[in-house]
This record gives sequence, structure tokens and C-alpha cells, in this order.
Amino acid sequence: MSEINRRNFLKKGGALFAAGALPVSMIDVAMGGTGEDDFTFAYISDSHITHIKGNKFVNNWDHGLKRAVAETNLMDPKPDFVFYGGDIAQLGKPEEIDHGLEILSGLHGKTHYVMGEHDYYVDLGDYWKKQLGPDYYSFDHKGVHFVVLNSILTHEAWMHKKWDSGMDRMLQMARLDNPEGSPFMVGDAQREWLSKDLEKISKETPVIVFSHSPLQKIYKGWNFWTDDAEEVQALLKPFNKVTVLYGHVHQIQYNQIGNISFHAVMATAWPWPYPSSYSQVESHMPKLTIPMNRADPFFERDATGWQFMNVHTGNVDIEYLLPNNQNRKVSFDEKSGHPIDETFQAVANQITPQKHY
Amino acid sequence: MLQRSCAVILLVGLTGSLQAAPLGLPPVPIPADNPQTPEKIELGDRLFHDARFSADGKVSCATCHDAEKGFTDNLPVSKGFNDLTGTRNAPTVWNSAYMTSMFWDGREPDLEGQSMQPPINPVEGGLENHDLILEVIKSDAQYTGAFNTVFNIAADKISMDHVAKAIASFERTQVSGDSPFDHYLYGQDAAAMTESQIRGHVVFVGQGRCVSCHTIEQTQAIFTDNRFHNIGVGFKRIQGKESETAAEFLVSKRAGADVDITVLTQANMSELGRFAVTENPTEVGAFKTPSLRNIDLTAPYMHDGSLETLADVVDFYNNGGRVKETDPFSGFISGGIRKLNLDDQQKADLVEFLKALTSPVAVVKNKQAALTTGTKEIK
Repeated sequence: MSEINRRNFLKKGGALFAAGALPVSMIDVAMGGTGEDDFTFAYISDSHITHIKGNKFVNNWDHGLKRAVAETNLMDPKPDFVFYGGDIAQLGKPEEIDHGLEILSGLHGKTHYVMGEHDYYVDLGDYWKKQLGPDYYSFDHKGVHFVVLNSILTHEAWMHKKWDSGMDRMLQMARLDNPEGSPFMVGDAQREWLSKDLEKISKETPVIVFSHSPLQKIYKGWNFWTDDAEEVQALLKPFNKVTVLYGHVHQIQYNQIGNISFHAVMATAWPWPYPSSYSQVESHMPKLTIPMNRADPFFERDATGWQFMNVHTGNVDIEYLLPNNQNRKVSFDEKSGHPIDETFQAVANQITPQKHY
Repeated sequence: MLQRSCAVILLVGLTGSLQAAPLGLPPVPIPADNPQTPEKIELGDRLFHDARFSADGKVSCATCHDAEKGFTDNLPVSKGFNDLTGTRNAPTVWNSAYMTSMFWDGREPDLEGQSMQPPINPVEGGLENHDLILEVIKSDAQYTGAFNTVFNIAADKISMDHVAKAIASFERTQVSGDSPFDHYLYGQDAAAMTESQIRGHVVFVGQGRCVSCHTIEQTQAIFTDNRFHNIGVGFKRIQGKESETAAEFLVSKRAGADVDITVLTQANMSELGRFAVTENPTEVGAFKTPSLRNIDLTAPYMHDGSLETLADVVDFYNNGGRVKETDPFSGFISGGIRKLNLDDQQKADLVEFLKALTSPVAVVKNKQAALTTGTKEIK
């Protein structure tokens, strides 16, 4: 969106909240330059609601989500809808999904959901689907084609192994660096569906894809990974402007692979550190991001966060709001054709990591 | 960490003699561009107490920050000229030298900036602008002489910057440690606190979780993290209409409304707290953590003066940031605020511990307190 259109939009839409001051992923999609179809949507992710017993739930995770809901409702202009990026629950228990949805019921307006592995592996998504409906679908909104994928499936053989219980399977999938684990994937059925779904979409139409795991390969041991990422990327390749937004990694990540911009959103629950990274293509993630495993236990929202996204003619700029930390902005750089961190991209500007924990 | 460049020097007392920081407190941070001198401190003292700097000639800094009332006014919210009231409880000047921002919402970075606002607030000093203050000063030979001595300037060059610097210098001398708590923790005097206070200290740093924000360190305690938190005080007023209140505030701020005036005259908007300054949604309803030193002298409590006694305050925190257990929780409340499950003994001990934070120097100045300390009834 040109500066003038941006101003018109702000004026017309009465947008009161400056970018960078927003509680959740706030995605501002500008279309066609007329200002008529501009709209915003919000994004909340990874709350990991954890049931203790009876009516007791882990307070901190509850609170991160409650706060995101309260602050989303503060937004002006009101978002057209809200996306929830997966992992409502910690161990997929009906109590956790219901408790999370009860908190999310405080949101004004429609909410879309993405399946996370923590929602899925106890009962292979049965309860989640019963409450929320299909786990992959697409829709069009004011000129943008939105696609929701369930990217946390894995090999049938692993899913249907002789498990002691569904919870046993859930706990195995939740473990980091688990030699008994299994990589995430979108799978043949969804890729066939996606291929058909995209047939009817003009190549000029901006496409925004939501998945829980990154549709790119970062680190297999923590499933910051989707095994058939390249096949999904190939289906998205013919489109001019594609953005993939994912949760799961609980940190700032961005990358550009060909025509596709990738962005992670922050978790409302807790931060993950940046794993040692394995990538098959050139990565535009800073070699060393600010490690977020230094969370201050006296400051419950430290190293969690949320962000504001402006989609300017199909490309996304994100302002990350980081409580108790320095805010950051990652923008699409027209010249280099990929997102850059406006402050920390240059190696000399990167912050020396904490060595003590 | 201090944001501004400043030199840390030994405290210069009113008499001009060098004093070490009192037991339990760090050296006072002094800005590089406003060094302490005995003459400047004395000038600031006089300006602080001059009631001519107000619309009715009756309101000085000391009206709301009265040394005999723990450097507060002991009112829920302060009274300005013509007895007009604002929305907020007067914070104490004691140890304000250690604050990294001023006012409950931190809208000024330092003491120099802080003292400029009240005289021209419509419910405080009530002046239209600072002109009258400078007129009074320039027509007062004692003042012009003092400004000349302190700043080496002629009368016609005296500005509000000079006035503010002198007042800030005076305020930086108002530090008070050396309390029973300090002798107990930093002076290794186990008898300095009562049994109940010692138990209360354990609650303070443990189950009560007070120390998370009201910090105590290895060698010193300023009892504040200098941060902003929504702890639930007064927030009920705008609960359910946060969005409308925030929007109303921003519309008026965009139209040029002064934040200082808005938050002191509009009760609903006042509850937006730090958000009014930063417009950051994570700070809706967040107010600065006050120090707890001399807290027994500065009732009533909280940014709106809504809690009468320390026992009320302890109950409020014990209920998870609610006056009544049946009050609703807000989604905006700081995650550190939660039900504490303290029993009656722990609550009583905590109140006793808070009384151990009173400094002898504050008691001496506080005539009223000198008569009643130790005999106040605990609810």
C-alpha cells in the first residue's frame, strides 16, 4: 500500500492503535490501492492450556491467553476475524480444549483455528474436530485467498502403532529430540486437495497459508519442520505473492524461499530458544537471533509476545511487541526481495546472546 | 539500570556537609547536568514551599507533599486550588530520587520534568501557564539573589528549567533508609524487628510474592522495580468498556489534549494508566510500582487512594487483585497478581513488617506519625 493509501486507510478506518503497539498478530491486508477492501485480522497462538486436576489449570498459560483476548478486543479498527494458530491444549485433553475455547469465547467476532500437535495426538484430533470442525479448508476474504492446513500429521504407521494409550502417543510427540518421534507432514490427501483448491485461483491473487509447523525445514529434532515442505511450496510457487504464517516455534522467525515469505508468530505461553538450524536453501533468518531462553521468572510475560502485521500489496511487515525486551520490526525489503529485521539484520547489530541461564 | 547519564555521588545534605546514603539505600543518582550544591538545595526547598505559585495563592508543592504527612497529604486523591480534586493519590517525595520515571504513569522521566506540571494543571495549581511563577520569582529580591548565586544568571534569564532543577535538587536530599528493616537485614541486628515483623518478612519474600515488584537486594532495597503493572486497582471502573475508553482517550489525545490534564480530570481515562503515555495495549491499567519505605505514614493507598489501611492492601492482594473475593478478574491484570492464600496470621505479620520500613528521619518530620506510630489499630 502506498503511503497515501495507508494514510487514507488509517483516516477512513479510524485506526487508533499505532503499529507496534498491538497485542496479537494483527494483520492488515491492503488491497488494490483503492482502500475499499482494506481489512485487518488478528492472530493468537500456542497457549498450551494445561489441566492440573479438577478445576485447576496452570495460571500462567491461562493468563497469557486471557490477556491476548482482552487486548484483541481493544483493537480499533475491529479485526474482520481472528486466527488461532494451534496448540490450544498442552496434552489434547477435552478439559484443556474446552477451557481454552471458553477463554477464546471472549473474543468479539469470528475465529478460525489451526490444528496443533498438542491438540491432536491424544485422539488424532477427534475432540478438536468435534468442537471446531474441519482441520483443513480455504476461504476468500476481500480478494485474498486463505488456506488452512493441518501440517502436524505424520506417518500412518507411527500414528497407528500399538500405543499403550492415546496419551502415550501424545507424550511421545510432545518430547523434544525424541529418537522415537516422527516428523510432521501435510500428507498426500491434503496436498491433492490443495492442488485442486488452487486451480481455480488467479495467479495474481495474494495467498496466505496458515499451518502450525513451519512449511519449511528448520530443525528436525524439535519438529521445527514439515517433511513434505518442498512439495507444498511447489504447489504455491505459481502465485505472485504468497505468505506462510505459522506458530509452533514460539519465537520470531522469518525467511524467503522464492516467492514465499515465511513468518512465525509468538506464543502466549512460553518462549523457545533458537535451535541450531538446518536449512536446504539460503536462509534470511539472522544467524543468531536473540535467544529467548533467558525468561525472567519474576516477569511472567518475558520472552513471549505478539505482533502487528501489515500486508502491503501482498507482502507482510511485522512489528513484534516484546514485553520486557526490545521491540523489533521485520519488513519485506523490495530491493532484496525478502524480509529483513530493520534493526538487527546486520551482524554487527545483533545482540550478544546470554551465556548464563 | 538508569536511562539517563548521571553521576552517582555522595549525598549532600541540607547543611552542605557530605553524608553517605542511609543504611539500606544505594547512593543517590544525580544527573550530570544538575549537580547538587547546598545553595541550590536551599533554593529548591524554598520554591517547594512557596504557595504563591498557584491560582489561589494557597497551593505549593508541599500542600500535597507535606513532610509532616510522610511527604503526602494523607488524602485519597489530592486537593488543588479551590479544593478541586484530581483522580490520583499524591506519591511521597521520600526516596523519589531513586525513581526512573515520575507520576503514577511515568509520564515524566525525571524530577526536573515532574515539578513543572502540577502548577499548570487545572485541578492542582490552576495556573494557565508558568508566567506567573517567573514573575513572582523575578520580583522577589531574595529569589533573584539566590538564582544568581546558584546558576550565575541575571534575573531576566531565570527560566522554569532553573526552577525545576532547584526543586529536583531539594527532592534528591529527601532520602530515608535506616529503618528497623534495614538494621535487621543490612545491619545484622536480629533484634531490630519484632517476631511478627520477622515472620512478615518471610511472607513478603515468599508466599506473599511482594518482593517480585517491591524489590529487596543483597545490599540495598528501594522496594520498587520501577516498572508498571495492572494490579486491578480501580480498573473495575472501566471493565467491559476498556476499548471505548481507550478509543475516547486516543481521539482526544490526537486532537491535542494534554495527557497530564486528561488523566487527572477524567476518572475513566485515568484508569488507562501507563497506556495513556505509551499507547501500548500491554500497559492498559498499569501503574508504577511505588516504593514501600515509610508506607505506614502515607495512607490511604494505591494510585486512587481507594484502600484505607495496610490491612486493606494485604487483603486486596490476597484476593488476587480484588477488593472483594466476589469481584471479577480482568483479562488485563498482570499475570503476577493471583490469589495468595495467606492466613490471618500471615496477613497480620505482613502488615507489621510493612511498619518496619518506616525511617526515623521520616518519623521525626512526621509530627502526626510521631504521636500515633505503634498505636494504630490494625483491622
